[in-house]
Parts: sequence; structure tokens; C-alpha cells
Amino acid sequence: MIPAAFDYQVADSADAAIAALAEHGDDAKLLAGGHSLIPLMRFRLATPGVVVDIGRISDLSYINDGGDHVAIGAMTTHRALETSELLAVEAPLLRHVAGQVGDPQVRHRGTLGGSLAHGDPASDLPAALLAHGGSVVARSPGGEREIAATDFFTGFLETALGADEIITEIRIPKAAGVGWSYQKFNRRAQDWAIVGAAVMLGDDPKVALVNMGSAPMRHGGVEAGLAGGGGTDAAAVAGDDTDPPEDLNADVEYRKHLARVLVGRGIAEASG
Amino acid sequence: MTAVEDPIKTTAIGTSMKRREDPKLLAGESKYVDDIQVVGQLWMGMVRSPMAHARITSIDTSAAEVAEGVHSVLTGPQLQDMGLWIAPLPCAWPVTEDMVNPPHYPAAIDEVHHVGEIVAVVLADSRYGAVDAAEQVVVDYEPLDAVASVAAAQDGSVTAHSEHETNKAYHWPLVPDPDALEAAFANAVHTVKAEFVQQRLIPAAMEPRGVLAVPSPMGGDVTLYSATQVPHILKVMIAATTGIPESKIRVIAPAVGGGFGAKLNINPDEILAVTLANRLGRAVRWTESRSEAAFSTHQGRGQLQTIELAADADGKLQGVRVHVDADLGAYMMLLTPGVPLLGSFLYTGVYAVPAFGFTCDGYFTNLTPTDAYRGAGRPEASYAIERAMDILAAQVGIGPDEIRRRNYLAGGEYFENLEVPSTLVFDSGNYGPNLDRALELADYDGLRAEQARRRAAGESKQLGIGMVTYVEICGLAPSRALGGLSYGAGGWEHATVRLLPTGKAEVVSGSTPHGQGHETTWSQIVSDKLGIPPEDITVLHSDTAISPLGLDTYGSRSLAVGGVAIAAACDKVVEKAKQIAAHQMEASADDLEFAHGMFSVSGSPDQAMPIQAIAFGAFTAHDLPDGMEPNLQEQVTFDPTNFVFPFGTHVCTVEIDEDTGAVELLSYVAVDDCGNQVNPMIVEGQLHGGIVQGIAQALFEEACYDEDGNLTNPSLMDYLVPSAADVPSMVTDYTVTPSTSNPLGVKGAGEAGTISSAAAVMNAVVDALSPYGVVDMDMPATPQRVWRTINEAKGGQA
Ligand SMILES: Cc1cc2nc3c(=O)[nH]c(=O)nc-3n(C[C@H](O)[C@H](O)[C@H](O)COP(=O)(O)OP(=O)(O)OC[C@H]3O[C@@H](n4cnc5c(N)ncnc54)[C@H](O)[C@@H]3O)c2cc1C
Repeated sequence: MIPAAFDYQVADSADAAIAALAEHGDDAKLLAGGHSLIPLMRFRLATPGVVVDIGRISDLSYINDGGDHVAIGAMTTHRALETSELLAVEAPLLRHVAGQVGDPQVRHRGTLGGSLAHGDPASDLPAALLAHGGSVVARSPGGEREIAATDFFTGFLETALGADEIITEIRIPKAAGVGWSYQKFNRRAQDWAIVGAAVMLGDDPKVALVNMGSAPMRHGGVEAGLAGGGGTDAAAVAGDDTDPPEDLNADVEYRKHLARVLVGRGIAEASG
Repeated sequence: MTAVEDPIKTTAIGTSMKRREDPKLLAGESKYVDDIQVVGQLWMGMVRSPMAHARITSIDTSAAEVAEGVHSVLTGPQLQDMGLWIAPLPCAWPVTEDMVNPPHYPAAIDEVHHVGEIVAVVLADSRYGAVDAAEQVVVDYEPLDAVASVAAAQDGSVTAHSEHETNKAYHWPLVPDPDALEAAFANAVHTVKAEFVQQRLIPAAMEPRGVLAVPSPMGGDVTLYSATQVPHILKVMIAATTGIPESKIRVIAPAVGGGFGAKLNINPDEILAVTLANRLGRAVRWTESRSEAAFSTHQGRGQLQTIELAADADGKLQGVRVHVDADLGAYMMLLTPGVPLLGSFLYTGVYAVPAFGFTCDGYFTNLTPTDAYRGAGRPEASYAIERAMDILAAQVGIGPDEIRRRNYLAGGEYFENLEVPSTLVFDSGNYGPNLDRALELADYDGLRAEQARRRAAGESKQLGIGMVTYVEICGLAPSRALGGLSYGAGGWEHATVRLLPTGKAEVVSGSTPHGQGHETTWSQIVSDKLGIPPEDITVLHSDTAISPLGLDTYGSRSLAVGGVAIAAACDKVVEKAKQIAAHQMEASADDLEFAHGMFSVSGSPDQAMPIQAIAFGAFTAHDLPDGMEPNLQEQVTFDPTNFVFPFGTHVCTVEIDEDTGAVELLSYVAVDDCGNQVNPMIVEGQLHGGIVQGIAQALFEEACYDEDGNLTNPSLMDYLVPSAADVPSMVTDYTVTPSTSNPLGVKGAGEAGTISSAAAVMNAVVDALSPYGVVDMDMPATPQRVWRTINEAKGGQA
């Protein structure tokens, strides 16, 4: 529970952070809210030589109306998301999911950018991004690019981000009036999901699953069923084409069962 | 002498005074061991075995020795050669004469016996430096097969200690009348045989353990600050283990953040800190990290139980037969072998049972040692009998309330000093009215109606209602009774009460709090007894230099033994003060009355003297009766003649989501009886915490091991300690049946909640699933386990 030795730097702007990443390469890690990185360092599962603190970059924390989308700064905390009036109207799923993360302490420290960059299949917010069909804006010395959520999560704790890239913004297409639901199943109130399901109906229904594979994932089979008017019956295939982990809380069979139950409940609630 | 017109109101006993400990705790001003800093201190970093069972073939400390800030690196054999100790770590409870007790040194010499056993110690000038250097110590192990469960221990093809031929450590029987027991089962109409698993639990106190040993600059003496429940016992045991004379050891337990039994041991780190500080002449310290705590502090429970009931046609118990196989872990810690025995007397619960028998086999495994954990043996016992009673009720075809009523001691009516077949004498009880009150508060009939409605409607969320009437044995303990159990110490408690020249009082108590609020409770007792305001009372404790005599806090003993000692010492102070008052008022002591701090002459209320004035007079000693010693200071060492037996009925309601297997606690009603209460708010707090700890065993917690003896959930991410958000608001109430074991009429409340709640929850879970023919389920009732049980009961389709 004691991290290995590391150097600590404070970046006062996104550019300074990018410069630090460019200088130290793989040996550097950005520190946002620290609520994923610091536990990993304490278990010595992560041993970065340099920690670049981006927690003081104030101009990366915002929730703005971007026309057809909501633009959210990477350093926006879960707490800011769950209390946003703009999100209440335009992206209520994301707002609700942010309120389901951990406990109030975690939500006051953890950031949207950090949660997405961490790429944990057990996290809630990646599923919300996927179900919203959002995107991530990343900046590097080479410039800025926008990465669709479906291209962003590439493997277990792996994303499309380059070693010298920093997330600056997250874009969520406006979804006012679209039926949605988030079903999170856990054993204690403040825990990660054993399985979670984010459902977004509308013209192009999207269903994202938590903890059902090595990366945050959308479920094409269920989405096809929904697009074909299957309603809650679409949930029957929610366990197919998944590769869930096995741990003390749940084995593969039980997780697949939970996926079917939760997706079914999600579709029912989103349709209601 | 003036009459006081408005005597101070001192009816402190029985009022929910705010805890005087809390302002400092809430403001973060209390000092825990880790808060105390000493110039020149060295941190210990422990090199721990990653293997459950292995031979150490070599240890290379060269890289660690030259790491920055490292003072020295000492391996087990080197520590042994330094002659730091004269005996292994102590076990105070040799339960049988032939009990096997392998030597347990602070660091392993050549063979390790559980993951986390200390192999070498780094001393460095910072905590981080010590931990970093410990990682650089290279240890070569020759792996040996591990014994990772009681079943493997029984199988015996592998032994946890290579030099042993069997894993069995002892066999302990308590069968008062074997023939009667045989006959009871031979003649029974109904018999029940059930097996229960008491999974291992990690105590996880809020404050991890820590030690700081500071040598005296004058040489020779050492002060140990330890996050311990037992500074007095620790002092004696350090002396016995190290050969350092008791007079040169001072143990201080500063603020201690919870213990639950896990801080009543004599741990390797404590012996290492004291002896190394003594040898090096520098302060030596260590604070366990949260995941280190899972290995470096003992665990609780770890029993396989078989309970058999024999009953007549009406479900009246004729006999109870119990066998326990106990998972002792790798070594005998202070109380390890005795924990199952503490429960042995309670397997007949609150019931009139003509015949009883209990046997226990203790087994070594290559797992972290087990020892006392809140309730220590009694939650296990209470669980077994209370689960089994539900099974019997179903077999007889009556409700769980009715089976209990039919079997209560004394027909559910008031009794006192009643002998039960396990040879104990219960102090007092009155179970029927207690059950009535619990059922009423829970709206039991309404719950059953709602349960029937949901069942009939085939709803996917089903109700389960569970009840428990528990009794527990605490107020540890009459010294003679402990002697009869081969325990290596007494059960008395010491108190000194002084009334100082300024009229304020000082109480010195041998009970050592670690969160319970002793200072508040003690000041309430003294306030009432001496008639002085609580704020004029200082309570001193937890430092062997200030309170040299004591036996500390465990086994729900503080009030029933330590509190009684304080009350008795107060009585002696008042008695002496009365002699002085009589002398100074020129009255006969027999004519004096004492109330609200005033001595007055019966019949002439104008003639009165406050006790504070007498205290001053005792100090100046200008005018004392002939031959009387100056000062008002009295001491009492109270050794109870019997235990105390709190009881209560808990009713728990769960809702089970059959689609997911999730168990939600809808309500929890607890009607407890701990005799007279000094501070009802503190009692309430003890019960809340205790109940949640039992709920935790029923639904959340389990130390999981793989077959190689590795703990697979050593962090609080995977070991699920519930929080307030996971339990319902409890409904609590009390009946009051004073104890006959002590003059205050008090019983204990610290462990009662844990002794009752796991069975209440599991009775509710099984009740919810009973329509599927489910009669039992292992703890914890995780969603996956519940879902699978439902599926299997429905015929196997997943
Ligand atoms: C007790 C506890 C409970 C929790 N419960 C939940 C839960 O229920 N559900 C859930 O989803 N999460 C949970 N979390 C995780 C929490 O949401 C984290 O805060 C979040 O996952 C990471 O955000 P952060 O700002 O803390 O990131 P950090 O920990 O600071 O960083 C995480 C990773 O992202 C990188 N990073 C951070 N910001 C950027 C950026 N702008 N650009 C590029 N890379 C970046 C870092 O280098 C690091 O690799 C919990 C955490 C704790 C401690």
C-alpha cells in the first residue's frame, strides 16, 4: 500500500502537460483526480517514474452547449456532471451515471477525462459515453483529433490515446427526450458494478455493457434486436458475444445472466 | 457547615450523556500510535513470506543493506542469534494438557507456515525507505505442500508443520452426561442434523495496528505505544517473552480506533519493536498497511460445525449434540485454541435442554492464525442453535416463534440463578416478554401476511422473515471459572478512586477502551456514587505506569467487571468520608445520610457537609478520627463470582430479488436485554455496530483462500466490509432484567449484536427461499450464491 518512488511535476496548462509527456514518454503518467491512478500505484501495479499533476488546470473543467452536442472539459468532476442543469436536459443518462459512481468523496475528486482514459471495463462512465455515441477530443504535440467512443476503448485498461496525448474535451450528442436507462448491479452501495447496462433508445438505439468484456463495449446483437422492434425481448442475447471476467463476486455464467436481466430492465425502463 | 439549598443533581446513571471522548475524535485531535513522532526513530519494514508453506533456503540482504536510509537488515536466524527473546510468542490458553503448540517466533527461522509470516526485518529512517528496501531482500524458498482448509487438515496427507505427524492440535470434550445424551437421541421423535460453515473473517478495525517502542534516554527502560486492547496483558507477556523485567516496561495504548478482538494479541511486531529499540537505543516503529493487516493481524471465526437436535413430538428439545472442527491457522496465538470453547456453553441457547454434549477438534492449517473476533466463539454457537431451531420448527410444522416459546428456559418466564446443562448458572432471564416485544415492533403478523400475499401472487421479489433469541456469556470472568478452563490468567478488574483536595475526583481503571466510551460511562457511575458533577471527574487508563493493575477490554467485560470495581471503590470512599463527616459533625456515623454529595444528620437537615469539604479535610488531616490515614483514596479489585448472560430477540426482514439473487435488508428490529444501563446511547451504539458486524458475516464478508493458501481478497476493494449505506435503519428497544452477578445489575452489550444478527439474517434468507425447499445456505449469502441456490432448487436450469 506504499507506492514506489516517483518524481512529481505540476502542469499549469494542457500544453505544459503535453510537453511533459513528450519529454518523459512512457515513464510519465498524468494525475487527474487520482482515484484510479493512486490505488494502482499503492498496490505497485503502476510504477511511473514521473507523475504529472494536471489537477490544477482550471480551464479544462466546464460543461458547455456546443450546438448539436454538449462539450465537457476533461477535468470536469463526476460531481459537476451529476449536478449539471444542462446535462439534465440534453444528456440525462450521463448525468445519472455520474451520480452512480462510488461515493461522494470519489465523485468530488474523480474526473470524466480520467475515468475514460483509464479505460476500465468495470467503470460506469465509459458505458455512458458509448451509449450516448459520444466522442473524445485528444491533443498532442502534433495537434488535436476527435476519437469516436467506439474507437476509443481498445482493450483491458487500453485506449486509442498515444503516449503523448491528453484528453481535453468530451463531446456528447444532445439527446433531449430520448428514452434511457442505466442499470447498475453491485453488492455494496459504493462499489463498482458487477455488471451494468446503459440503454439509449431513439432512432439509433445503443446499448453498452459494464464488466462484460476486457474493454467497455457496445452490444450489437441487442441493438439490432431493438432496431428491429424487439423491445425487451432484445435482451435475450445480451450474454452472447461477451467475454466477462470471473471473480469472487460473479462467474461467467452468472454475469451473462445478469447482463440479460439488466438489459431487459433497462429497455423496459427506457421505454416506460 | 452550611446547608446546600440546591444540591447538585446527580442522577447520571441511566441517562444518555453525550460521550466526552467525541469532541476530540471528531476534531481529529485524538492521538493514535501513528500520530506520535519521535526524533531518531527507525521504521521497520517487514519482509513477509509470499508462500503458505515453504522452507527458506537462502536470504540475500545485500541490496537492501546498501539502499538509501537503511540502518540494518535482520533475518529470522540473525534475530534469533541476537538473543532478543527467551521464549516464543505466548499462547495463554493450553486447553488440554497434550495440546500441540509449535514454537512461534517473531520471525521465521527456517520454515514459513503462512503467507505473510515475517522472514526478515529492515530498519530504515523512513517508512517508505523501509518498505522499498524490504522489496529488495531476495529470499529463496523451497515450496512445500500447503494445508489450506480444515478438510485438508483432517485429511492429513500433508501437515502444516513439517515436523508434525498430524494436523490435529487438540481434542476438547464437554459431555456432562454421555448416557443421558445417548438416551435423548434414542428416544427422540424429531431429530435434526445440520452442518454450518463459519467462514474466516478479517477484523478490519478502522485504525490498523501500529507500534512505537521508545527506549529511555537513561537506558534500560522501554516504553511501547501500541494500538492494543490489552496494554496490561501485553506488558506481562513482553516480560515473559523477552526477559526484560516488568519494572522496565511501560505500555501505553493511546487513542485506539477499534479492535474487535484483533488487538488483544501479542504480535511479532510488538516483540520486535521492544527488543530492537532496547538493543539499538533508538525508537523503533511500524504501522501496518491495510493489505498487510490481512496477514499480520489474526482473523476471526473459521469453524465447521455439526449440530444435532433431539426433540419430542411437540418439538420440545431433549438433547443437543455438537461437534466443531476449528481452523486454528498456522500457530497458537494468545487465545487461539480457546475461542471455540468460549462458545461451547452456548449451544443450547435460551432453551431448556435436558442433555447436552460438545466436542471440538482444533486443526493447524497454513493460513493466518485465527483468534478472538467480536463475540469469539459465541456468534458461532448462537448461529448454530438458532439456525437449527428454524430447521426443527419446519420439521415439526410450527412457526419459528412457537418453537422458541415451547423451549425457553423457565417457560419463557422470569428466572434467576438457573443451572443449564452445559454446567453454567444463568444469572437472570425473561425471554417470553422480550420475544413478544420484538414481534410487536416488527409487526410480525403483518409481515407474514405480506409474505403470503407475495407468494400467492408469484412475485419476483419475495420476503423472508428471520428471528433469533440469543443469550450470551460475558463479563469475563470469574477467575476460578477461567482456571477451570485452563486459561492462563484471571478475570478480575482493578479500580482506584481518589477524591482530591479541590473536590474533584480521579478514577484509575484497568479497563482499556478502544472506542467504547469508558470515560463517559465511568464518570457517570462516579458522579452518582460520590455526588459530584461528571465534569469534575477525570478518568485515567491505558498506561501501565498510571494504571499498573488491569486486565483490559474484551469479552464485553468492562462495565460488568471494571465498572463494578469502580462503583465498589466509590462506596469505600464514601464510607471513609462518612467516618470523617461524623467525626467533624460530632454525630454518630449511623445517623448520617449521604445523598447528592451531602452528608447530613437524619432528622436535622440543617446539619450537612458536602463531600468536597471532607475531601479537603482528609487532605489537610488537621481533624481526622484517631488512627485514620489521611486522604480519600480507595481501591478495589473485583473478581466476579459469575458471568453475566445478556439476551434478546432480533427480527430481520429481507427481500430477495429472484432474478438477480440480490438480498436486501428491509428492516431490522432488535429488543435486547443487558440488565441495567448506565448510558443507553452508548448501549445503542454498541448494538448498532455489533449488528452490522453480524450482517457483514451473513451477507458480505469472507476471507477467501485458494488451494495453495493464498488470500485472494486482501484489500478492502475485494473484502466487502459493509457501510451505513448497506444496512437499514434499525429499530431498537430494550427489556431490563438486572443481573444477579454484580451489584450494579449490569450485563454486557459490546458483542451481543454480533452474536445474534448473522443467524437472524440467514434465518430470513432461508425463510424467503423455503417455498423452493431450501433448508440451508452457506454464508455469505451473496447474490450469485442465492441465485444459484434458487436455480438448483427449481430443478437445475440456469
Ligand atoms: C473508492 C472508489 C470507488 C470508486 N467507484 C467507482 C465506481 O463505482 N464506478 C466507476 O466508474 N469508477 C469508480 N471509481 C473510479 C473513479 O471514478 C476514478 O475517479 C476514475 O475512474 C478516474 O478518474 P480520475 O480523475 O481520478 O483519474 P486518475 O486516477 O487521476 O487517472 C486515471 C488514468 O487516466 C489518466 N488520465 C487522467 N486524466 C487524463 C487526461 N485528461 N488525458 C489523458 N489521460 C488522463 C491517468 O494518467 C491515469 O492513467 C472509484 C474510485 C475509488 C477510489
